[in-house]
Amino acid sequence: MVSRVTDDYEAMITAGCRAVCEPAFWAGYDRSGPQGFYDYFCQLTDYEPKRAAKFLLPHFTWLCINPKESEDVKLAEDVIALIPQFLDRPNVLGIGEIGLNKNTRNELKVLEQHIDLAARYDQLILVHTPHLEDKFKGTRLILDAILADKRIKPDRVIIDHVEEHTIQMVLDAGFWAGITLYPESKTTPARAVDMFEVYGGQRVWLNSACDWGRSDPLAVPKTAIEMRRRGHSDETIDRLVFQNPAQFLGQNPRFTVR
Amino acid sequence: MTRQQILDLYFMDARSKLIDIAAFLDRVDRGEGEPDFRLAEFRKALGELNRGEPVRARSVLLALSDPTTEPIPKAPGKGAVGAWPGSAAH
Repeated sequence: MVSRVTDDYEAMITAGCRAVCEPAFWAGYDRSGPQGFYDYFCQLTDYEPKRAAKFLLPHFTWLCINPKESEDVKLAEDVIALIPQFLDRPNVLGIGEIGLNKNTRNELKVLEQHIDLAARYDQLILVHTPHLEDKFKGTRLILDAILADKRIKPDRVIIDHVEEHTIQMVLDAGFWAGITLYPESKTTPARAVDMFEVYGGQRVWLNSACDWGRSDPLAVPKTAIEMRRRGHSDETIDRLVFQNPAQFLGQNPRFTVR
Repeated sequence: MTRQQILDLYFMDARSKLIDIAAFLDRVDRGEGEPDFRLAEFRKALGELNRGEPVRARSVLLALSDPTTEPIPKAPGKGAVGAWPGSAAH
């Protein structure tokens, strides 16, 4: 996790985490050109897995230009052109996290280009849905864009950062739904378990957001504790926190964690 | 879980958050100047808590969401503020 200290890897493996899956995302500043993304993709596919491996934690990644930098269509096209040369790297799971940020026309164009890339190279897709007031509208636009490309099978796509107002539409359309645990702008462990109890555990997984903001690499293990406090069985907890993501990610033969 | 068990597990946490909201509104009232659209949207969302059905979290999120359906021409910035300012802001 390029934004986290090594101690976080140690804490994750100590807490029982079996793998880390890191999507390409915004660096907190706009990169000055495509070369910056080339270096970033090298970091995600070369250096970072070695750093995680020191703590026996398999590291996987997703590649894209994040929606926060998608307003510049020319830059996005140049970056998307770089991605195919990295798709054979052994820790690459697919294209992500693509999606929308402020729901603009240019972001939508770049999303469609990413969807096309995933279709041409038969890649799994990880989708970022927008934050806060933009999430509901953005999720609808994203679902429409993906469903419009008939080459994409919804069960090979996870729509991430769902909340109570978006999870149903995602599941109804046949996609996987990711509940992201994040203390301020996304979901708490208690709300995540609520959604699991209301909407069921089919095609749903949990993930811990780990970036420069206030975030917790152990949010998934802590949510497992929350489930235990409510009386859920070990089998149910294992299904949600481990078997479900392993099932989705296992569609890529590189993901061999079982 | 029974309602009693849920109260035993979560009441103190919810009580604390409720008082935090009350204190936040008091703090805003004590402040000077005019508030922006976020306060009105926040108060509107608070009204969703009075619903009689267990869909309050969804309703609050929708109350704070952009209800429009068309992509906007250009991003006003990268961040989100937590409430929708209305079409005029774009």
